[in-house]
Amino acid sequence: MAFKVKDVNAFYGEKQALKGVSFEIPAKSVTAIIGPSGCGKSTFIRCLNRMNDLVPMFSITGEILYNGTNIYSKGIDVTELRRRIGMVFQKPNPFPKSIYENAAYGLRIQGVNKRNILDKVVEGSLRKAALWDEVKDRLNSSALALSGGQQQRLCIARAIATEPEVILFDEPCSALDPIATAKIEDQITALKQYYTVVIVTHNMQQAARVSEYTGFFMMGELVEFDITRKIFTAPSNKLTEDYITGRFG
Amino acid sequence: MYKRVQRYKERLIEGALFLSALFSIFITGGIIAVLFFETFEFFKEVSIIAFLTDTQWTPLFAEKHFGILPLFAGTFLTTVIAITVALPIGLISAIYLSEYATDRVRTMVKPALEVLAAVPTVVYGYFALLFVTPLLQKIIPDLSGFNALSPGIVMGIMIIPIISSLSEDAMHAVPMGLREGAYALGSTRLQVATRVVVPAAFSGIAASFMLGISRAVGETMIVAIAAGQQPRLTLNPLVPIATVTAYIVQVSLGDTPTGTIEYKTIFAVGISLFVVTFGLNMVSYWFKKKFMEVYE
Ligand SMILES: Nc1ncnc2c1ncn2[C@@H]1O[C@H](COP(=O)(O)OP(=O)(O)O)[C@@H](O)[C@H]1O
Ligand SMILES: [Mg+2]
Repeated sequence: MAFKVKDVNAFYGEKQALKGVSFEIPAKSVTAIIGPSGCGKSTFIRCLNRMNDLVPMFSITGEILYNGTNIYSKGIDVTELRRRIGMVFQKPNPFPKSIYENAAYGLRIQGVNKRNILDKVVEGSLRKAALWDEVKDRLNSSALALSGGQQQRLCIARAIATEPEVILFDEPCSALDPIATAKIEDQITALKQYYTVVIVTHNMQQAARVSEYTGFFMMGELVEFDITRKIFTAPSNKLTEDYITGRFG
Repeated sequence: MYKRVQRYKERLIEGALFLSALFSIFITGGIIAVLFFETFEFFKEVSIIAFLTDTQWTPLFAEKHFGILPLFAGTFLTTVIAITVALPIGLISAIYLSEYATDRVRTMVKPALEVLAAVPTVVYGYFALLFVTPLLQKIIPDLSGFNALSPGIVMGIMIIPIISSLSEDAMHAVPMGLREGAYALGSTRLQVATRVVVPAAFSGIAASFMLGISRAVGETMIVAIAAGQQPRLTLNPLVPIATVTAYIVQVSLGDTPTGTIEYKTIFAVGISLFVVTFGLNMVSYWFKKKFMEVYE
């Protein structure tokens, strides 16, 4: 198990966004988080690398164990944690730097500046993100000139360049066209042999295609968590069934 | 019927706006025309080569020299000192306000800083002359009562709010998503600020620098009061000097009769200043275009 989530409640000020969420996320596999919009999917996934720390007024109770350590306990080095748990966001957010510097960023902030090391890592991560062939001739041009799908793959490359153990995806395809989406999905399936992947999506076909486990959230609660095939063929909760058959949401 | 009235109204407004735009262009054109005319008169009497190469500026003395260099040296010196003070402090306080301060601190500090920019410059001038210079003299005994250093520093203090406020605006406009991306890769707060936010806001920050420089070049009262009004071709910050603007007020406020050569120097000097600030604006425009990053 990569994560053990124990009775997590999360709040934005007074407003409760997660209610008593408990389940376990297996390592080296793809876990999908689905549910109607506003149900707390982003809030949940952002708890796993403590991105919510950036939100003023945010608070959390309960425990999230990562490899046996509560990531919310005192003395956790959050920057170190985030280096081990990478994240790709809904909207592609490459830095306004060159393609090369985007992929090299994670190493640079760790003080790695040797050109030959950076060159190797940049190429390796761009290859893994299936972007190398498209950009190898213009590594020094601005990342902002890339298409949306390319930018998102660059963000994946940027995240895997520092070899994290986990990669979190928060609706990584919602701003992309179907072809770019298919490429990213291929990526995600390929990544699971090396990484633990958690992906938030409101696209149920996507969850069915890429994941092995699925958690269904509604109004801040985890309604059901199971292997994906089971969730989509024989859900044990009526709410899950209603959602996946499109009766609401 | 109603539509027609509406259309007339639109046209009327458009016309009024056009006229006011025309008016301001006309005024600017008029100013430039007067400047050019008087400057032309000036260069009938003084050669442009002497103007640009003579190392003395003494139009008010019996033995007249008309070398603009000492005045520009004074402006350059005080501007460099001011910018040396204002750039680092302004940028650091912008980074603090944008990336470190809580919303409460920001909403309190920002207006307070902007008040600094509203202090009349004559107050800054006497502050430099009567407070900063004596203070500096305790550290640097060689410092003259009038000098470039003290008004330069005070000018820098005056410019800090311009730089910090505009830079902060530029940094504040950097999308939150970029910061999140940087934090998610394990950046510290300082790394987010220096490696992502500052580069992303670079064009705005550079524009604030350029505005600060223009402000220093054009500043008049502080240097007129505290720098000494003695044109001198030097880069020594400890002795009295005069700047371009300080010379212009000196002559304008004195009893120089209209039409004399002393009077015409104002226009020649004024147009030189105009050319320099115009050049600075072009540079800043070029900067902005070159480094503009496009966000949706
Ligand atoms: N920064 C925030 N401040 C206050 N409320 C928030 C914030 N972010 C999300 N919320 C609220 O928390 C709930 C869950 O949001 P979110 O986790 O973004 O849902 P999802 O990703 O499933 O659409 C929503 O009701 C949303 O309005
Ligand atoms: Mg969301």
